[in-house]
Amino acid sequence: MSALLVHAAGPQVTVQDLGRPGYLALGLSRGGAADRLALLEAAALLDAAPGQAVLEMAGMGGTFEAAEPTRIALTGAPMRAKLGKRPLPWNATHRIAPGEHLTIGPAEAGSYGYLAFAGGIATEKVMESRSAHLAARIGRPLGAGDRLPLGKDPAPDTAPRRLAVPDRFHGGEVRIVPGGQTAMFSEAERARFAATAFTRDTRGNRQGVRLAFEGAPFGTEGARSVLSEIIAPGDIQMTGEGTPFVLLPECQTTGGYPRIGTVFPEDLPRVAQAAPGAPIRFAFLKSEAASAAWRSEAEQLAALKAATQPLLRDPRDIPDLLGYQLISGATAGETE
Amino acid sequence: MADPAFPVILPQGVDGIVVRFADRLSDAANRAALAFHAGLRAAPPPGMAESAPALASVFLRYDPGATRFETLAAELRDRLAREDFHAAPPPPDRRLWTVPAVFGGADAPGLAQAAEAAGLSPADAVRDLTARPVRVLAIGFAPGQPYLGELPPCWGIPRLPDLIQVPEGALVLAIRQLVLFANPSPTGWTHIARTAFRPFRPEADDPFALRPGDEMRFRAVERAEFEELAGEPEAGATCEALP
Repeated sequence: MSALLVHAAGPQVTVQDLGRPGYLALGLSRGGAADRLALLEAAALLDAAPGQAVLEMAGMGGTFEAAEPTRIALTGAPMRAKLGKRPLPWNATHRIAPGEHLTIGPAEAGSYGYLAFAGGIATEKVMESRSAHLAARIGRPLGAGDRLPLGKDPAPDTAPRRLAVPDRFHGGEVRIVPGGQTAMFSEAERARFAATAFTRDTRGNRQGVRLAFEGAPFGTEGARSVLSEIIAPGDIQMTGEGTPFVLLPECQTTGGYPRIGTVFPEDLPRVAQAAPGAPIRFAFLKSEAASAAWRSEAEQLAALKAATQPLLRDPRDIPDLLGYQLISGATAGETE
Repeated sequence: MADPAFPVILPQGVDGIVVRFADRLSDAANRAALAFHAGLRAAPPPGMAESAPALASVFLRYDPGATRFETLAAELRDRLAREDFHAAPPPPDRRLWTVPAVFGGADAPGLAQAAEAAGLSPADAVRDLTARPVRVLAIGFAPGQPYLGELPPCWGIPRLPDLIQVPEGALVLAIRQLVLFANPSPTGWTHIARTAFRPFRPEADDPFALRPGDEMRFRAVERAEFEELAGEPEAGATCEALP
């Protein structure tokens, strides 16, 4: 068993995998990575199982070292990464050796960056998952001096690979699907919702993000609160002040605020990654269109695996690498 | 009498279904939700990933790769047509927890206020609240956290506009229900008692002390006894199987 040494860590670096589905009836939300797609990307790059545990770094990374040679993958919100003094491209795998310090700085866009290891983080599972669920008081943020067990890289000499990743780190358009309470909002109110330019508010965490906007509060025709029902990540609650709140993996499991819809699962990473101030617009998908567009995570992973490419050039030969490639560029979201 | 407008089956997102038995809480609607959920757990329809009961509804998550909303909705309609879930017996393997609680005082300053709103003296309020078990109507909000009820109509006191902070183990009351907080939380409900009960124990083999449909009965104790019980297993709470 190898080990991951944490020499320094930002304030919210936690171990995450795909979470703990199955406990909704008992009040525990799924939890797991805020950006599940980033875990699929890491699995595709490392040719590893998508359920392996990784480090999720909210806003800020840290300084890390592995006790044995291993490949790593860097995915999710792009962050400034260096191995020793050598800059490392994001959305790619790299080989690191004992004694080398991997330094990951603040996010350059988006909110959650991920550091994955080819052998996975091998901490003890709690209820079938290694994910910290801070709202449920499972696990804790990591700090300097922590040492975590690390699975062995089955093929540490595999050549580095990269993945071209469409931007999801600056907000943008998010598809939503109607739910059992959508009809509580008038047609006019739903149309106004779809036409409103929201921004990600400063208030937000792994439980959910609040959206800011100009205009009258959104309201239902009946009461502001309804009999509590089960709620889940992706649901958009209209809080008492008429402001939308998009639920994320550590959300509560019951709620009495009316929900105008649910984010289409593949678009939830775009909401989770939106940094404060990023623009967000919603587009209603009809149920049939949503079903047709739905892909399982296994299908998404297969497509990502097919899209990985060799990281051809040695990053040392590309001094301006960070501004150069790999993270595909400008988005509709930025120009709105 | 069940409302003829219910139950309704509605899609929830791309992989969810809500079966709603009522739009307000009643004993019959809660029993129906618990029984329907128990039936789904005992015999899951193809493609179902998870089922979770709320106060008067059941949420189902399914695998859209394995089934479709229409297929699952038809199966659920069949089940609803075959059986009157409002008249169903309680779910199997229920338990009764008896939990020591310190009512009122500095630990739970809302008791007098809640009693007054219910038209009772504080002593009568405690007698009424400990006179009979209350059912776990639903578990939610936080891990293992029970919504208990339904209390007699005099306890239909509204939620408060200003939130207060309560510690874990706090027993709070509003709208004919009790909630026993699993974690320190802000709440608009009135804080009437303190307990040492832990609804969620992530380190335990069974991390959840309660299941929907279980019952809880509170036993009023003085502060001194409460503190003595702190050293006992389960801090003096006991659990027995319900017939």
